[in-house]
Amino acid sequence: MKSRTIKVDILARVEGEGGLYLRVKGDAVAEVKLKIFEPPRFFEAFLRGRQFHEAPDITARICGICPVAYQMSAVHAMEDAMGVKVTGPLRDLRRLLYCGEWIESHALHVFLLHAPDFLGYQDAIRMAQDHPDVVKMGLRLKKIGNEVVTLVGGREIHPINVRVGGFYRVPTKPELAPLAEELKWARDAALKTVRWVAALPMPEFEQDYEFVSLRHAEEYPFNEGRLVSNQGLDIAVQDYEAHFAEEQVSYSNALHSRRQGDGLYFVGPLARYHLNFDRLSPLAQEAAQEAGLSRECRNPFQSIIVRAVETLYAVDEALRIIAAYARPDQPAIKVEPRSGVGCAATEAPRGLLYHRYRLDESGAILEAKIVPPTSQNLKIIEQDLWRFVEKRLDLPDDQLTWQCEQLVRNYDPCISCATHFLKIRLERQ
Amino acid sequence: MALKKKPRLSVWKFASCDGCQLSLLDCEDELLAITGKVELAFFVEASRAMGKGPYDLTLVDGSITTAHDAELIKKVRRDSKYLVALGTCACSGGIQALRNFKDVNDFIKAVYAHPEYIQTLEQSTPLSAHIKVDYQINGCPINKRQLLEVISAYLGGCTPRLAPHSVCLQCKARGNICVMVLGTPCLGPVTHGGCGALCPTYHRGCYGCYGPKETPNTASLAAWFSQRFGVSEAGLVQAFRKFYANAPEFRRESEAHEK
Repeated sequence: MKSRTIKVDILARVEGEGGLYLRVKGDAVAEVKLKIFEPPRFFEAFLRGRQFHEAPDITARICGICPVAYQMSAVHAMEDAMGVKVTGPLRDLRRLLYCGEWIESHALHVFLLHAPDFLGYQDAIRMAQDHPDVVKMGLRLKKIGNEVVTLVGGREIHPINVRVGGFYRVPTKPELAPLAEELKWARDAALKTVRWVAALPMPEFEQDYEFVSLRHAEEYPFNEGRLVSNQGLDIAVQDYEAHFAEEQVSYSNALHSRRQGDGLYFVGPLARYHLNFDRLSPLAQEAAQEAGLSRECRNPFQSIIVRAVETLYAVDEALRIIAAYARPDQPAIKVEPRSGVGCAATEAPRGLLYHRYRLDESGAILEAKIVPPTSQNLKIIEQDLWRFVEKRLDLPDDQLTWQCEQLVRNYDPCISCATHFLKIRLERQ
Repeated sequence: MALKKKPRLSVWKFASCDGCQLSLLDCEDELLAITGKVELAFFVEASRAMGKGPYDLTLVDGSITTAHDAELIKKVRRDSKYLVALGTCACSGGIQALRNFKDVNDFIKAVYAHPEYIQTLEQSTPLSAHIKVDYQINGCPINKRQLLEVISAYLGGCTPRLAPHSVCLQCKARGNICVMVLGTPCLGPVTHGGCGALCPTYHRGCYGCYGPKETPNTASLAAWFSQRFGVSEAGLVQAFRKFYANAPEFRRESEAHEK
């Protein structure tokens, strides 16, 4: 029987180093490998012995695109261990910081990493030759997200202002005012973005997924909520490890997450949107509906539209927080170390990010566990590839290869994030 | 007059968080101007088009932690006329160089149930341990203004000049009150400036993420930490053993307190 191989040695426009290998035998897929050669960096190992207050600075270094997510999961896990809760304006400032990261990261992915696939460009630089205004709008949107992170966090990559208990310094109300002006422009730009991505040629690919995300009583989720799914999961974050397990398999140097039992599950913008549509701002809901994006959306290619809707939401939410802001008297609440275990999950731009720490009575870390969103999505990406390729075997190699890459990029995979990652995976014969 | 060929730019990543090469994409106002002046020959994070060498200007982030990468960096060097190391990992080994002070096998066992599948080197090393580096931009992450300065200098045919002074000087320039005077230990006096004295500006002590400045007096600062602020010997080890743990000046100081 004729055998055919689709190979991408180095996956472009993703964060980190990975590759793709597919083998087709006759008219059936015989093998799918998502190869990740990102070298392991052992964060969970060298966190042992460090002080609790260092965790936000150290774990930020797992990912240059979503450091805020790591800082947020780290501080909330530490606060859980110490039995304190950050509320009021300090809590709002954390949401504002997260809004900045979502805007920055989503704009990067929508305009620079993903859109070129839909329009057939190698990259956004070449796309800018034909669509200069779109790329410039995307860059400015991204810049505004970075400006939010910079003002609240000190700098856009690896912010220095995040601390267990709050911040080191909180901004004054007048300092936030110029941001609001920029964000008003960004609101219009995000609306235009939703319309623009909704008009992109969209591959047909509806799938049945178990979507998992946080859900909060009132808000679209960033830092808090219960863990829910569209298949009935509804648990406290503290019970995460009773329902989700990481496993290492003989053919891989990665730990994979799965639902206890056998479930593959899906985290990220599409999952959040699916489970939290009613928590979006009215403007974001309207924009999604106008764009024809179903609440029940199950096509991962449409995640580019969901990212645009979430960008609009994040801009809206940032404006709301800035308008309501009153500077707190203290930049942080007092935190006394104590022995114990604490965990937290927050919504990184690319999905659920879980941290757990065990501390001794001096606040030194005895054990750390970090489950990044991309390692939770790995199995789903492979399953998608399998099903996607099966239906498109008549395409020539170069087109099929490119579409497979585009499919992987639906998940905005962040390979550096995965502190423990697979090298080669090979299954389902 | 014949058009001069645009210089070919390549960007590479080794063990890192990707943040330093992301800094190039974070130059939102300048990105299209830069890419108008160079040919984007190889930049995997941004483009599917992957052109082979030789390259004129090469930017590299990340440290060397695997045998594969130790070979690859040599090839990248051979293909590149001018090679710039971006950030702490490439310049010093990065946070992952904390393994250099421990048995890496214990690290592997701490993270993986089956350590036998993991291939890694015992040490995380800077690019300069493997190849000749033409210029270094320090920082975790680098300051994108400094990156722009280095790229502009290259395109203009001159030598970049990044100031070698400490964070203290930048603090003075910003008019900050010294956080040490206010009772907070700060690595600013021994740390390379470049961040703009961010941490003191946000009322916290510098934690050294731009690495040692030229001729730092780490022993004197360590004495201050212990005498004025009661920092323990273990605390001193951790203060100097963080993002630039592997830099010789900080390594010596952390080891001096380890007894």
